[in-house]
Amino acid sequence: MEFLSYFGGVFEPLAFALLVGGTIGGLILGATPGLSPTMAVALLIPFTFHLTATQGLILLGAAYTSTVAGGAVSAILLKIPGAPANIATALDGHAMAKKGEGARALHLSFLSSGIGGVIGVLLLIFLTPLLAQWALAFGPSHLFWLAILGVTVIGSLDSKSFVKGLLAGCIGLWLSMIGYDDIQGAQRFIFHDALAGGIHIIAALIGIFAIPQVLDMFAKGRSKAKIEAVDVPQHAFSASAKEMGRSGRPLTIGTIIGSIVGLIPGIGGQIAGLVAYDQAKKFSPHKDKFGTGHPEGLIAAESANNAMVGPSLVPLLTLSIPGSPTAAVLLGGLLIHGIFPGSDIFERNPEVIWTFINSMLIGQIFMVIFGIVIAKQAAKIAQAPLPIMASAVLVLALFGSYSVQQSMGDVWIMLSLGLGMYFLEKFGFSAAPVVLGLILGPIAESNFVQGSLIAGAQFDGPWAQAQYFTTGTLNLVLIALVILSIGYSFLSHRASGRAAVNVEGVQA
Amino acid sequence: MKTIIKALGVSLAAATMAFAVPASAEDYPSRPIGVAVSYGAGGATDFQARIVTMVAGNEDMLGQPIYILNKPGAGGRVGWNWFAEEAEADGYTMSAYNVPHFIAQSIKGGVKYSVDSFEPIANWGADPAVVVVGKDSPYDTIQEMVDFAKENPGKVTLSGAGLFVGHHIAALQIQKETGAKFVYIPTKGGGAAAMKAVIAGDVVGGINNLSDAFRAAEAGNVKILAVADLERNDFLPDVPTLKESGYDVDNASVNFRGLMVPKGTPQDVIDALAAKVPGMFEHARVVKRMKAGGSPLHVMNREEVQAMWAKRQETLAELLKDL
Repeated sequence: MEFLSYFGGVFEPLAFALLVGGTIGGLILGATPGLSPTMAVALLIPFTFHLTATQGLILLGAAYTSTVAGGAVSAILLKIPGAPANIATALDGHAMAKKGEGARALHLSFLSSGIGGVIGVLLLIFLTPLLAQWALAFGPSHLFWLAILGVTVIGSLDSKSFVKGLLAGCIGLWLSMIGYDDIQGAQRFIFHDALAGGIHIIAALIGIFAIPQVLDMFAKGRSKAKIEAVDVPQHAFSASAKEMGRSGRPLTIGTIIGSIVGLIPGIGGQIAGLVAYDQAKKFSPHKDKFGTGHPEGLIAAESANNAMVGPSLVPLLTLSIPGSPTAAVLLGGLLIHGIFPGSDIFERNPEVIWTFINSMLIGQIFMVIFGIVIAKQAAKIAQAPLPIMASAVLVLALFGSYSVQQSMGDVWIMLSLGLGMYFLEKFGFSAAPVVLGLILGPIAESNFVQGSLIAGAQFDGPWAQAQYFTTGTLNLVLIALVILSIGYSFLSHRASGRAAVNVEGVQA
Repeated sequence: MKTIIKALGVSLAAATMAFAVPASAEDYPSRPIGVAVSYGAGGATDFQARIVTMVAGNEDMLGQPIYILNKPGAGGRVGWNWFAEEAEADGYTMSAYNVPHFIAQSIKGGVKYSVDSFEPIANWGADPAVVVVGKDSPYDTIQEMVDFAKENPGKVTLSGAGLFVGHHIAALQIQKETGAKFVYIPTKGGGAAAMKAVIAGDVVGGINNLSDAFRAAEAGNVKILAVADLERNDFLPDVPTLKESGYDVDNASVNFRGLMVPKGTPQDVIDALAAKVPGMFEHARVVKRMKAGGSPLHVMNREEVQAMWAKRQETLAELLKDL
């Protein structure tokens, strides 16, 4: 309960102003396409030079939490996920916004972010020493199986056809191989200079999600009859709060998965939202509603990606190992103020670290309040005439993909992927599996290669690799999960296939 | 808020000035100067570049502020390719270099630059590579580990941050000098991922940055066996160099960081920069910030860097020719 005694530090005038400013600024930065949480935190670090360590960390912590949640705003309203964490949010969130339920979607999104986030930070406060060991338990073989587990959900994610989902996932895996491979020193599929650095995930996200819908909107033409007028009814916050109360299942699934996956260095934030979305779907009685604007998917995804924030700081604070790109930037922010992470950080710098963690707790609450305030106005975006909307999204997409690394090459990559995705969508493929393949490909590949190298040193004989990847409890548990996941997809696919046949039979 | 307005002003000024007539060397610099960093925002090189350039705007320094442009990708290749091919050689675009990375990459090929594409200005930092093992490792000295590796070829795994970076060079040098066979495991995600592999016991040992290893050792997570440098380091007075341990390994793997301009930049501009930049790196505020962040400062002037680059080119060409 030591942390309670440091709450005072959060409410000092300047610290408090930074917390509020950081939260509002973070929401705006997070909602801007192309500005990921990592970049937002990196851009703020020079400002902390002039602050004390505590004040600096409050600013960075507030920005980190609120950019993750802010990314949901553009995911819901514009279908541009601000970061990989918000991909799953876009799936059902944007469908809701298109129906005029943007305010409801934003309310639910911020409430579930807040609840997930608070639980995540509480885990950080109470279970840090325990969780640190868990973070270290994952070696190359485990991360490989975890990535494969991710691949198994590709087939069922946001696709009507299992086979098309898998095919789209393969396209994503292939795209992820482009560029210099710094593990084997090979150059792969580099036909143009712009591809030398590989495909940046943010540029890909913007292209794959935003461009097809821009083209769709332009394709509808300018005639008044074709422009759909969306009715945006008022949505009372009390109704959303009540709905949250009834959504215990997706909220629990999202929070648990976000907290567990967030801990694992190198994988956490990217896939927490998608895995939670997929699990919420599998456990839901309304499976077929997912993807059509169903709030359960939104709640699971958003609670997961904010629940991940607290636990992802555990390996950073106790072992000095940043578990995510954003945590790596935060490490820089800690070091510059002379705060060296380590298992005794809570004894050495208690006032800085506890104030930082407390500010993240209070920051979550501010984030919910500000999020709710903007929701009503922001939802009216759905009323904008299509040609204006399409142009605005296009401008944001261009600006966003350029700003990721000040590279015109990224803009061309974004546009090409978007154009390709437009035609793929016409053939019934969907965007989420492509992106998941793009994210999981490098994780599976690099851990497989590293694991194989280590296996050669640890075991003898031709079966060294097989031995390394299949021994140990954690490996076996993960393999069992992979088999279960494949089996489930296969069985439910067959069951739905039979159901479809029956329906046709009755009609005939 | 003031800083934001200032930053906006700087970028606005940079944008409008870019179209102005090339300034003559007498009034150089007459507008803000960009520094391209070939790694992402928040990484060690970016982080240090921002610190060492923060006093550039002072009247007694360059008199114009320096802004950072991040051009990350492919282990630095994207940024340096851009710098060699597209950056204007007018003194208003500089780049941060990482030696031995860019020299080793150019020797291995597939890039558009070599040591001859750039002109060094000054060096600000040197981060030596160190050999680390987990805290529960049976090895307490580098000799014990090397002896084990000699008896059991291919059984000792060493993690490091990618190929053709200082860590890889150090591993190759140790292997060449001792004749023992190690398995080098490159990790994605830089030194942090390589350090995690050592702490978690995924690998037998690792090569890592002195600054990161120092913190990990302070926290009691690793043991540092040796420093791949010519002299012992102030941060680690008790850790022997590889030379002291009986292995003839020099400082070719030390990660030097500094500023450079493209070839073709007017000589008087180079001279103006070379005269002022080392003083900028030694400014009291810079020294204080670098020290707080645990980043070793090592200022070298243009002539010293030129000599260092030439020597690295020779050592690395020899070391990498059989790979």
